[in-house]
Amino acid sequence: MTRPQTASAPLLELSGVTKRFPGVVANDKVSFSLFGGEIHALLGENGAGKTTLVSMLYGLLTPDEGEIRLAGQPLRLKSPSDALRVGISLVPQHPLLVDNHTVLENIALSSGGGFALELRGLRKTLLEVSSAYGLQISPDAKVWQLSEGEKQRIELLKALVRGSKILILDEPTSALTPQESEGLFEVLNTLKLEGKAMVLISHKLDEVLLHSDRITVLRKGQVVGSLPAQGLSKPDLSRMMVGRDVSFERQKEVRAPGKIVLALEKVWTKSNRGLDAMRDVSLEVREGEILGVAGVAGNGQHELAEVIAGLRKLERGTLRILEQSAAHLSPAQISGLGVAHIPEDRRAEGVVSEMSVADNLFLRRSRTAGSWIDRKKLLEFAGERIRTFEVSTPGPHTPAGKLSGGNIQKLILARELDGNPKLILAVHPTHGLDVGATEQVHQILLEARMKGAAVLLISEDLDEVLTLSDRVAVLFSGEIQGVLEGAQATRERVGSRMAGVRESAAQKAEGGKRKAESISPSEGPAHV
Amino acid sequence: MFKLEPDLNPPIYKTALVSSVAILLAFAASGLMFWAFGVNPFTAYSEMIKGTFGDSSGLSTIVQRAVPLLLIGSGLALAFRAKFFNIGAEGQMLLGATFAAGVALFVPVSGVLGVVLFFLAGFLGGALWALIPATLRERLGVSEILSSLMLTYVAGYLVKYLIGGPWKGKSLVGYNYTEKFPDWAQLPRLEGTYINWPTLLLALVAAIVLQIVLARSKFGYELQVTGGNPRAAHYAGISSGRVTLLVALISGGLAGLAGAGEVGGLHGRLLDPAQISLGYGFTAIIVAWLTRGNPVYAILTALLMGFVFAGGDVLKVSLSMPFRVVDVMTGLVLFFLIGAEPFLKLKLSSVRVKERASA
Repeated sequence: MTRPQTASAPLLELSGVTKRFPGVVANDKVSFSLFGGEIHALLGENGAGKTTLVSMLYGLLTPDEGEIRLAGQPLRLKSPSDALRVGISLVPQHPLLVDNHTVLENIALSSGGGFALELRGLRKTLLEVSSAYGLQISPDAKVWQLSEGEKQRIELLKALVRGSKILILDEPTSALTPQESEGLFEVLNTLKLEGKAMVLISHKLDEVLLHSDRITVLRKGQVVGSLPAQGLSKPDLSRMMVGRDVSFERQKEVRAPGKIVLALEKVWTKSNRGLDAMRDVSLEVREGEILGVAGVAGNGQHELAEVIAGLRKLERGTLRILEQSAAHLSPAQISGLGVAHIPEDRRAEGVVSEMSVADNLFLRRSRTAGSWIDRKKLLEFAGERIRTFEVSTPGPHTPAGKLSGGNIQKLILARELDGNPKLILAVHPTHGLDVGATEQVHQILLEARMKGAAVLLISEDLDEVLTLSDRVAVLFSGEIQGVLEGAQATRERVGSRMAGVRESAAQKAEGGKRKAESISPSEGPAHV
Repeated sequence: MFKLEPDLNPPIYKTALVSSVAILLAFAASGLMFWAFGVNPFTAYSEMIKGTFGDSSGLSTIVQRAVPLLLIGSGLALAFRAKFFNIGAEGQMLLGATFAAGVALFVPVSGVLGVVLFFLAGFLGGALWALIPATLRERLGVSEILSSLMLTYVAGYLVKYLIGGPWKGKSLVGYNYTEKFPDWAQLPRLEGTYINWPTLLLALVAAIVLQIVLARSKFGYELQVTGGNPRAAHYAGISSGRVTLLVALISGGLAGLAGAGEVGGLHGRLLDPAQISLGYGFTAIIVAWLTRGNPVYAILTALLMGFVFAGGDVLKVSLSMPFRVVDVMTGLVLFFLIGAEPFLKLKLSSVRVKERASA
């Protein structure tokens, strides 16, 4: 990691910037400076004020107090087009592209200019820029055909074609494999050398520590620290973000797994578009183990979860839960077998926002309840669940939608883990949660594992999968690219499988041999 | 970021305030309409109030109009809560009236048994009519808003056919109606009013029972989940198809009961659709909307719209306002209520940002 080639004066400087909304101060006298030629990470939990701050840099909001200076001159942005004009670009977390148009057309849309699209000149510029930075694209591909990583590349190219000096990157690696992330940071380092400045919003502490030059941590709207990355550790950062020590260690005791709880054999299923989403998938999960399914989003995870939960038909293959054939069961019946489902999208699938916390907690029990609901018992049950799982809510009658993401997730866990289910299907359980909530959710899953539950963890967060799982399966293009045991599941091996690179037979044999010789866990450089 | 955020469960005072302001604005707009007809709005409203609240027959008219509105409105409140937008209550009312008329005219019963069958038939007629859009929705994904609305016209023509054809009264010329119902089917009225108390009773009971069912029964719970988040309902194994069919049956059946009540209690025969329904099925939508999904509040909102109807009669009679003045007023009320939705459903929120913005 190179030291920033700092010019003597910062490129962008914020002094005492404050932004207020009814009832809250989103940014409270925030000051920080951004130098040319650096990657400056912006860290903070949900609600800390990162998005507000960045919105002001991009012209979406104006500060109530304080000043923003660009190269020494005061900067007053009234809209994103002002920001674009002065050379500030935003690379959003979720690409904002028009699916039906080509890559070239999408870039043209953001390149300003007059009434007519000047595609020829733009094409030339685009090809020059993309080869200059090693960002492969084909200008005439339609956006809907591209992968997330490729779409992200287009967003980056938009900024580069414009020649922006300051790039704001919002969670740029959320949809990338480890290898793709490395590729992105190579490009960012090239941009650094050119003197461009980058603001990186990320919650991936390892990534931030590895790739950024300086880090600013926000907490409750205030700057807690603005420091060089060198010398900082993950605990340091999380302590700044949360205000207390957060453990990154997950106490995972060794446990001999019991009998098979979930077994998929040669399962094929189709996606909503009618294409094959799962191909010949075979998996097993046993009591007391966590099988993590890693993979970049869109490789069949969604369909895998739905098949197991009874929401999607199997075209071929068998599904057995606790020795029973489960392929034709409804979600209610599968739930009745002792399966808990933590759905992918907690707000859209997991809770009814307008209904109270207590009513939401009742959802699983309602299936087997009698015709009339005993409100008193319901409230008692809700109270117990809220306490046991430490769901932070003003009360059991609060509408569930008002809770923060982390607490909604805990509500769902509290509801689903009622009755000690034998199989827990957890899909992206900590997606969008801050460090503290993630820690809590992980603890809950590990405890369930200790009590003997089988856990199938489907997650795009590779760190999560690696930390929690006893074994790791990788999904790529609907196929299982291998199931790695414990120590064999290294970042590199999992990462390459996520991109579809399968082990050759020779490597496999070598790997097997090494295991038999009980060599230490660290892998030699050649074994990927 | 600074956002307009959905306001889940807005506090009651906010709901009441926003709804009240909307209604007042609607009345103000109606006032402009009166003025355009050369009637001073203040005169118009004071006449309306005097003629209704200040007059015993006016008061009874409010209640009389409110009864079918309450019956239909409480059922619709339930249906809307489950996100089954039954817009065809008007037609369901007519079918209920028809089935009930069929019993009165052709089934050899009498007395209390007769009245019970009369109402059961009414319920059945309305329920069956509502089952059609519900089935179309569940089996074929057809929007119930369109299908239930279209069926209203079908119902109207069915009635016209019957009263002008097979069921035409023998002793009448000129207008089309059936024979007068036998005496047992002429429902008893409260002294000196046009209110028939069996229907009034049914309406009150329905509103209260539906509220209890909604709040305390498993079905009511499933209904709330289905209406609140159909995906979560599916994931939890709740059959939203079953819920939809049941709310269709209930709301249609209650509309049918209202139809039976009108022909039994007021008209004493089956007559032209326009005279039976008077737009109750449509106005009940407003009644239901105002309750925000709580059937028991329909008692209040039905009285409000009853006042509009009754007051409209005053306007038509004492001030010679055009026949359709009430329709315009109710239309304006609905218009302003819908316009006020954003103020109710949204609130300005602080930086309690949702995760997807990854603040």
